[in-house]
Amino acid sequence: MSLPVRLDEDGAAAPPRENGELAFGAPWESRLFGLTMALVEGGQLDWETFRGRLIAHIADWEARGRDETWDYWQRWREAFEDSLAIAGLVDQQEMDRLVRRLARRPHGHDHPHDHHHDHTSERAANTAGEIDE
Amino acid sequence: MTIEDAGPELRTEALEALLVKKGLVRSAAVDALVERYEQDIGPLRGARVVAQAWTDPAFRARLLEDGMPAIRELGFGDNTDAHVARLVVKENTESVHNLIVCTLCSCYPWAVLGLPPAWYKSPAYRARAVREPRRLLAELGLELPPEVEVRVWDSSAEVRYMVLPRRPQGADDLGVEQLTALVTRDSMIGVERL
Repeated sequence: MSLPVRLDEDGAAAPPRENGELAFGAPWESRLFGLTMALVEGGQLDWETFRGRLIAHIADWEARGRDETWDYWQRWREAFEDSLAIAGLVDQQEMDRLVRRLARRPHGHDHPHDHHHDHTSERAANTAGEIDE
Repeated sequence: MTIEDAGPELRTEALEALLVKKGLVRSAAVDALVERYEQDIGPLRGARVVAQAWTDPAFRARLLEDGMPAIRELGFGDNTDAHVARLVVKENTESVHNLIVCTLCSCYPWAVLGLPPAWYKSPAYRARAVREPRRLLAELGLELPPEVEVRVWDSSAEVRYMVLPRRPQGADDLGVEQLTALVTRDSMIGVERL
């Protein structure tokens, strides 16, 4: 067997791919995770408080009789939305208005021109611009 | 469509936009964070820790005594898991096999293993790791002899666990880097033996 001398991204031991499943199944999941950790690192969100809410939402789902497919990141999202609302960081009415507006966008709204780079940030900036429309 | 029906994609996008607008986060910083957790922090760190423990008895002793300071010696545990008080490393032996789980949510030793795989967060794993660990391990391909005791460690707010697997047979002549390549994420969770 050939063993890597440099354990970089392309090496045989490259994490986390080498070990199987990716941590995120969809872009919104990693986005949600990143937002949460940004607020934790910035000190606006207390990790233990958030963790307590995550535990509560998971327990709540289990108590509902597991009637829907398990989706860990949905539970995380619920805990995150709770945390933001309770901390007063996001106004619920403003959130509802924006979600409605985003839902009305025509298909293909975030691909106005042909390019291939990762434009997650760019999209967020565009979305932010829509808030005040 | 009602607000409640809006998919998580839309809601997450809206959350980000609102937080950006309030100046609470910058999207570029979120990009960087995600990239750090996806690319830089992963089980390779844990593998390096394990290989060091296999080849350096003094390090192994320090690691088993108190995990966090020991992994910092190798340059890990920087910002990650800053909110976690302790990393406890459980050593597998001939007679004891360790398994880690978080029964309440998904606590996991990020600093050394990166982000947990989906199955680690599943209701089935979280419940069965405690209720019937031996059977669960067998289903995952690890049949343990009856004389081996299985110890299950449930993560808590204060403590994260990691398993120090046994060094594989025939790996005596390998150096740290070669040994590192032999260590899998699953072996450090305890669902695999090397």
